[in-house]
Amino acid sequence: MEIFNNFIDKNGLVVGFLVIGIIAFLSEVFSKKVLRGYLPGSAIAILAGLILAYFGGVFTGGEKGLADIVVFKGVGTFGGSMFRDFTIVATAMGASYLTMKKAGWLGLVSLLFGIVFFFVFGVALALIWGVRDAASLCTIGAGSCTYIVGPVTGAALGASSDIIALSIAIGVLKAILVTILTPLLAKRVGLTNPAAAMAFGGLMGTNSGVSAGLAATDPALVPYGAVTATFYTGLGCLLCPSLFYLMLGWVL
Amino acid sequence: MIIYGVAILAFSYLTGQLCGEYLGEFLGVKANVGGVGFAMIILLLCKEWLQKRGWLDTEFERGVDFWNKMYIPVIIAMSASQNVKVAVSSGFLALIVGAVPVIAAFFTLPYLIKLSAKN
Repeated sequence: MEIFNNFIDKNGLVVGFLVIGIIAFLSEVFSKKVLRGYLPGSAIAILAGLILAYFGGVFTGGEKGLADIVVFKGVGTFGGSMFRDFTIVATAMGASYLTMKKAGWLGLVSLLFGIVFFFVFGVALALIWGVRDAASLCTIGAGSCTYIVGPVTGAALGASSDIIALSIAIGVLKAILVTILTPLLAKRVGLTNPAAAMAFGGLMGTNSGVSAGLAATDPALVPYGAVTATFYTGLGCLLCPSLFYLMLGWVL
Repeated sequence: MIIYGVAILAFSYLTGQLCGEYLGEFLGVKANVGGVGFAMIILLLCKEWLQKRGWLDTEFERGVDFWNKMYIPVIIAMSASQNVKVAVSSGFLALIVGAVPVIAAFFTLPYLIKLSAKN
């Protein structure tokens, strides 16, 4: 057993390749045979990943889903931010610089609108819920931007640790919902061309949600969504604990 | 050689991400600002430059294309390593603040697109 454990530990990433390959294959079969192509195989695989992540969390009590189970540690490396960003950049090879430039204005507007929209919406819902102090409200609003903006803002404003944990949960939930809903709603909301994808990336902003959601919808749209979404977390971290916090103070 | 493609991709990634880190530092933010976006633009500029000189061959493109196609598997792995449990078990407030704005945003998207079509 010890030999096996050491072996797995040494070869984690390769085990990750195999595990993801198996999940992708089974999902493709499920999509074709059971759902008759109603949902694409990649969407099923992403959903299966989320479900496995839930059970991983339940079994280990850890924070990295399936990757907390020792045998599957490599899945975490494979799905970590380095590989994610590296492959997203590679998708740009098939994108057109001209299209990006043309839709740049729309992307910028959506980006600013998206951050304000989610922050205000998050704060308003927390207010209705009965949260009253400005630091907690601001942290919750920041959490509804992304699961990085939430804790960064909470730490900057000295919010309590349970509020910070709440803001992370809100951000993670947002990423998961964007992942699941994008392929289902894409056609209905006009998410069918590069310019719309740029607006979508700026509006939603959650990197993992946008990239996974577009991957399951139409991989050709991924670079356009990613090019605006990549600015969202940084801008959110800039605006939430500073300008938005001040404005929140005036309103309250 | 296939490694040239991978190396150009690596160069774009590293340069772009580093720009994002410095921009974050400059703005006083503890986060990377636009790293992936800069990297994508650098890659596209590199591609154009190589194309003009006729240095872009199929081997080179294959080096980038492999990672382009690995994108969905990476996303599956990313989903499998999300903290889904905390999202599901964080109570009603998390559920509402996480879900309601997302659904509302989806239905705002068509108006945003229309707005841009007017301009």
